[in-house]
This record gives sequence, structure tokens and C-alpha cells, in this order.
Amino acid sequence: MIKFDNVSKVFTRGARPALDEVTVAIERGDFAFLVGASGSGKSTFLKLVLREERPTSGRIHVAGRDLGKIASWRVPLLRREIGAVFQDFRLLPNKTVLQNVGFALQVIGKNRRYIDASVPEILNLVGLEGKEKRLPHELSGGEQQRVAIARAFVNRPPILLCDEPTGNLDPGTSIGIMKLLDRINRTGTTVLMATHDDLIVDQMRKRVIELKDGRIVRDQAQGGFGLEPA
Amino acid sequence: MRLRFIITEVFHGLRRNTTMALSVVIVTLVSLAFVGSAMLLQVQVGKLKDDWYDRVEVSIFLCPNVSDVATCKSGPVTAAQEDNIRNVLQTGALEDLVERVYYESKEEAWENLLESRPDDFLVQQLTADDMQPSFRVKLKDPEQFEIVSDATENLDGVEYVVDQRQVFSTLFMILNRSTLLAASLAIVMLLAAVLLITTTIRLSALSRRRETTIMRMVGSSKVLIQLPFMLEGIIAAVTGALFSILGLWLAVRYLVQDWLQSSDFNWVDSIDQTDVFSVAPWLLLIALGLSGIASVVTLGRYTSA
Repeated sequence: MIKFDNVSKVFTRGARPALDEVTVAIERGDFAFLVGASGSGKSTFLKLVLREERPTSGRIHVAGRDLGKIASWRVPLLRREIGAVFQDFRLLPNKTVLQNVGFALQVIGKNRRYIDASVPEILNLVGLEGKEKRLPHELSGGEQQRVAIARAFVNRPPILLCDEPTGNLDPGTSIGIMKLLDRINRTGTTVLMATHDDLIVDQMRKRVIELKDGRIVRDQAQGGFGLEPA
Repeated sequence: MRLRFIITEVFHGLRRNTTMALSVVIVTLVSLAFVGSAMLLQVQVGKLKDDWYDRVEVSIFLCPNVSDVATCKSGPVTAAQEDNIRNVLQTGALEDLVERVYYESKEEAWENLLESRPDDFLVQQLTADDMQPSFRVKLKDPEQFEIVSDATENLDGVEYVVDQRQVFSTLFMILNRSTLLAASLAIVMLLAAVLLITTTIRLSALSRRRETTIMRMVGSSKVLIQLPFMLEGIIAAVTGALFSILGLWLAVRYLVQDWLQSSDFNWVDSIDQTDVFSVAPWLLLIALGLSGIASVVTLGRYTSA
């Protein structure tokens, strides 16, 4: 689903590369954590998958597309296959829960009937039924992240990228979010989550890809957050 | 769906940015009014040239009954002198320059004057004998006036030679300089308009950065992301253009038509409202171009992937 082939990314010429000869494959339906200290290359990795950045060298395949060959006008089509969730939720403050999720469908040209049918369904899935009319500031952090996940998943993308989705949440709330991501993963969606949260990684027992200074130093099935299996 | 989305976004954008949108309307209004004025002035010059300039002639006025010019010492022009002048005009060096020579007698001159000013009391006091005969000379190239003038003005029986184009040259000079002034102001104002539209679009794009970021993230097309901002600029600029057309129309209707026609220049074939409409499409096109340039300059940077 996501395949990196000797991918390097250098932002400033002469500086240490943000990613250094990374080769990794994440298969369809996988759930993988991307761990590592700040500056280890996690965000760069995600940006490359979203094609917000382009690699300095190497090849990247996402959802069957070679990102090196994809025309820039087709990048939006690629992004429709990738849901993205961020630490800061990125909700529109003046839109209700319903409108925030609907917005994602509206701006890719879905019709009103489709939106009216799929938004309540996804809100049900993320556990926000009854809160459709609320504005983001009327919700807790965990609920806001659920809205963001609903928005990312409402178009049923085959890939879900999460950049520190629990970074702003307390441990109890984080577990709820992880359960939700796990449920989404079970529908066959590939989930790639960058995180610092050792508790969660240790609890979930999923694949762990650890980056250090732009290189993969560990790729372990059912791994823990630390170097040694917990 | 998308259309409704775009319309809503444009409407929200304009409402959120009313003062900026208004200033864009005003600046385009003023700049395009200058552009339009420059264009209309040139239309006016063209009309004058078509209707008058190419028809005007060199007039060789012949000696009247009383004149103190040296070449008229022998009294009113005689038939022999007239033949001599005609001969000079139609043979020799001038033959190739002169297209046509027309003789206007005293009687004809009087009739023409009477016809052009039927209500003038002073004209009615005159008789044909008070007029002077003349040769009206049409030149192949009006620029060659000097040669004709030099060759004829010292002949006996010639009182003076007039290049009718001289009457127009001052008017043309005024019109052309006004055009230049209007065009220069237009360029400055157009530059201000582009900068202002750029700023407006940029502010609008920045104030909706959250939306555009999400749109990019969920895979909205570039067109859908950028079009609302472009349309905001275009709507404001085109509104300005429409107002400038209205302004020009009013100016031509009430200043040029009413005022000029009642002035001493009423013999001039002046521009009218239809000329405003022939200039209008260009103004609209410039407004579109301005906002287009501004959009391209701005949007690439502020909403790009």
C-alpha cells in the first residue's frame, strides 16, 4: 500500500538528510506505528506519502501509484485515497460537526444526497451521534479528534495517516481514540500512525517502525515503544 | 454542488472583505476611467481626421477690392493674374503635388458663408462684392503645404495662403497631449489596481488558510481551491469596470454631447454614447486581465500544495 524504495530527502543542500535511504513496505490492511524522537524524520515520511514533499532520491509508491510519475493535477486524486489526522485536529471553528465532516465531501464534489447519507453514518462509527449540531469549541479534545477522524475517513480512503493523533489528549481519551483507529483498521484500512506515546505503542502490540536521524533502526512486528520488546 | 460551494465561498469572501473589495472597485473604476478617456480621445482624433483633416485644403485667397498686401497693389485680382496662378498650380514643379484645383468665386464664397451662418446678422449685411475669390487646392500629400505656399504667395493677385490644417493642429495637439496624460495616469492607476487586487486576494486566501489546507488535504482540486479567490478579484474588478463605463457614458452624454455641442466647437463631429460602448469591451477585458494577473501571482504562493 505504501512502499518506500531507497528514499532520501534533503531539505537544505549539505545538511543532514531528513530521510536517509529509507526502504520500507506497509501492506494493505496493516497497522503500523512510526516512532522516533523529534527530528527523526516521522513528519517528513508522512509528507512524502501525501506528496506534500517530493523525495530527493528514491521511489515512493502509494495506493498503487508511483509518486514520482504522478502529474501534479492528479495529486488531489491521490489524496482522496489517503485520510489524514493531525495532533491539532484542524477543524473549522465556525462549522458544526456535521458541516465539518460534510465539508470534506463537499469540496471533492460529492452531491448533497451522498453527503446526507454518509456523514451521519460515519459520525455513528466514531461515536458522535447526537452531537452533530455542536461547534468544535463545544466539544472535548477527544471528541474533536473523533470529528477529525470522521472527516478523514468519511470518504472511506484505503489509507489513514495519523500524525500524533493523541498528542493533545489525556491517556484515558487516547485509549478511546486508539480503539477507534483499531476499529477502522479492521475494516481493511491501512493505518500508519506517527507517535511519541509509548504507553499506546506498548499496549497495542502492532508493527513498529522506528526512525533515528532519518534512518530506519527497527522494523518489528508486534513491537513495543522501546528498543527491546516489552 | 461545486457551483453552489463556489458561489457561497465567493459570497462569504466578499462579505468578510467588504472594505478591500470596495477599494478594488474604486481603484479599478478610476484607472479604467483614465484608460477609457484615453481611448475616447483617440476616437475623437480619429473622427476629426476622417471627417475633416483629409478633406481640408490649402486656400489661396486672391486680392479683394481693398488690401494693403504688396502683391495686391494693382487692386483686385484680374483674370490674367488668376490664369497665371492656375498655371503655376497645374504645371511645372507643382503639377505632381496638386491633386485638384477648385476656383471659388466671390458669389460662391458669399453663398457658402450665407449657408453656413444663415442667422448671422453681420453676414446678412455683406454682399458678394465684399467677399474675395480663392483657389481651393487639394494636395496629394497634405504635408507638402510649404512648397505650394512658397510657390504661390508672392505671385501677383495672391493676398495670402492658408493651410487649413493649421486650424486643426492646435486641437490635435491638445487632444493628443490629453491622451498622453490620461494614458500615463492610467498606467499608474492600473499598477495600483493590480497591487491592490493582489493584496485583497492574498488577505482573503490567508484568512481562509485553514479551509484551503483542509481542502488540499482531502483531495480537493486546485481549481476548486483557487477559483473562489479568483472570482472575488474578478467580481470586484469587473464591478469597477462597469462603473467606469457608466461614468464615461455619463461624461460623454452630459459633458461632451450637451456642453460641447452648445459651445463654439459645435462644428466638430464629436464622440457619442456608441463610442463608449465600443470602448467598453476593452475596459472589461483589462479588468479581467488585471484580476487574472493578480490571481496568478498570488494564488500559486498562498494556496499551493
